[in-house]
Amino acid sequence: MDFEEKEKAVVVKDLERRFGRFVAVNRVTFEVSRGEIFGFLGPNGAGKSTTIRMLCGILAPTGGTGRVAGFDILTQPEMIKAHIGYMSQKFSLYEDLTVEENIDFYGGIYRISREKKRERKEWVIEMAGLKERRHSKTAVLSGGWKQRLALGCAILHEPPVIFLDEPTSGVDPISRRQFWDLIYELSGGGVTIFVTTHYMDEAEYCDRLALIYRGELIASGTPEALKTKLMKEDVIEVLCERPQDAMGEVEKITGIKEVALFGKGLHAVAEDGETAVPAIHETLKEHGYQMERIEKIIPSLEDVFVSLIEARDKAEKPQKEVRR
Amino acid sequence: MIAAIQAEILAKSFNGLVAVDALTFKVDGGEIFGLVGPDGAGKTTTMRLLTSILEPTSGDAWVFGHHTVKEAEAIKEEIGYMSQRFGLYPDLTVMENIDFYADIYGVPRKGRGERIDRLLAFSNLTPFKRRLAGNLSGGMKQKLGLACALIHTPRVLFLDEPTNGVDPVSRRDFWRILYQLLREKVTIFVSTAYLDEAERCNRVGLIHKGKLLALGTPGDLKKLMEGTIVEVRTPEPRKATDLLREELKSDSVGLFGSRVHVVTLEPDKTMKKAEDILKRTGLKLMGLRLIEPSLEDVFISVLAKK
Repeated sequence: MDFEEKEKAVVVKDLERRFGRFVAVNRVTFEVSRGEIFGFLGPNGAGKSTTIRMLCGILAPTGGTGRVAGFDILTQPEMIKAHIGYMSQKFSLYEDLTVEENIDFYGGIYRISREKKRERKEWVIEMAGLKERRHSKTAVLSGGWKQRLALGCAILHEPPVIFLDEPTSGVDPISRRQFWDLIYELSGGGVTIFVTTHYMDEAEYCDRLALIYRGELIASGTPEALKTKLMKEDVIEVLCERPQDAMGEVEKITGIKEVALFGKGLHAVAEDGETAVPAIHETLKEHGYQMERIEKIIPSLEDVFVSLIEARDKAEKPQKEVRR
Repeated sequence: MIAAIQAEILAKSFNGLVAVDALTFKVDGGEIFGLVGPDGAGKTTTMRLLTSILEPTSGDAWVFGHHTVKEAEAIKEEIGYMSQRFGLYPDLTVMENIDFYADIYGVPRKGRGERIDRLLAFSNLTPFKRRLAGNLSGGMKQKLGLACALIHTPRVLFLDEPTNGVDPVSRRDFWRILYQLLREKVTIFVSTAYLDEAERCNRVGLIHKGKLLALGTPGDLKKLMEGTIVEVRTPEPRKATDLLREELKSDSVGLFGSRVHVVTLEPDKTMKKAEDILKRTGLKLMGLRLIEPSLEDVFISVLAKK
């Protein structure tokens, strides 16, 4: 393994997985650097889980190659399992065991030596803020605590690569922040984080993102690059009175593809922002709406993803019809 | 005008554990109201109290003037309710599921066909009407659940975390349908754990541990933020976070991807300080500005005050 490869935690080339005639993952290629936080996004059924299962050495690919933490996913799946941590939204904790018992259980699974085990256990308890609760049953812990405990158990063996599958679903915002602080800390220490999420604001916390759809990688880059370079349309913010009613008027304007209610205003997706701003202004004025502001804004990640996916859908409509 | 939904010191305990703690609020007709909070905050219990499924331990609630305990039957006619695990029959087709709900709600046979056709078209399910519900994708199941909840033309729609675990594209699709309903003057009461989704509601209630922390339009709530957010952009955000955390002890410093946020009571002073700190340590400053808080920032700020 040369130096460059050592700096790559995940390297995937033309990765493919077929189930019969169905191609779940279609020649996907990407790399994740050591210490990077990599967000893997896509709608349900797009091939996200299949990809992760291959990267974790649980499912063999039907084509292409991949290395995780320096090991080959085809020939060394067992080595991979020992060198990664995995945590899913359904935290795999035993509710009727105490905090300590859960940690001990995972220590056993990962075959951590006795001396090391004690040290790691204290680390997890400290990290999760569970000092006062080490003898509490896991069932009585709040979502945030459970989440941090599950993370601790998943990285008890100090893996260089961690997979987090929708880790923060439904936890309160303070716990979510604390969780991300931990992630940044781990990443700062050189641990590579591979994370999936449906929260687009959370996707913004990642260093780099990849979007998978219908088994194919359709976009990748930093959140900044995705927002500023990838969306063909412009997003316009409209602040006016009675936005709910105004929505109907704005939708009718040629060149406006979509309008959504957003806070006290509207977000309109336009083919061309330069012509759309005055057109919206005109239309609303004509219908007697008071306006506060109409301007082009930087799209949100959600805007970008929805636009990319819908563009792809449009291009592939005929295929969908046949499958029905 | 009579409120679409009204709650007065509404409370519910289970075996002495308080799930919903003295909620008081009003929702106007035609409004979309978001009840926002983490798992276990009391969202589902609140919804069950308002839909007459549960009886409160104390306090009262009304839906279009009907009392949720004394007039439960009248309420069932006024409302549509989509729970988190809405009862679709996987071995019935889309059409059969809707028909089944029409029977339950006693929707007259006459005119039922047109009503169903409209609901199918409106939820983009027409091409799938003969598909078994069990074979639908998550997003489509959600839309079918919604169509079933709307079969009797309710005036108020209750949606309990309808977009939980749903991807952004299906989520946006679902919201498009909700906007159409708003135009037909349906009142919508929706719960969610997604704070960005709350931005799409006319008014929002933040709920935590059974208590309403704040109530108002997303714009009103942003005024509750204690302090101002300074956004710092640099090519080395992590290093900058550590530095700023160390030096700006009185402020709270957080890393958000490529940006560093500093919450401060003295924005001018903090901006000056941040600039100095970065200059002194040789980190390049790419941007420094005040930004509007997100609802998540507000939620955290309000919680911290408690």
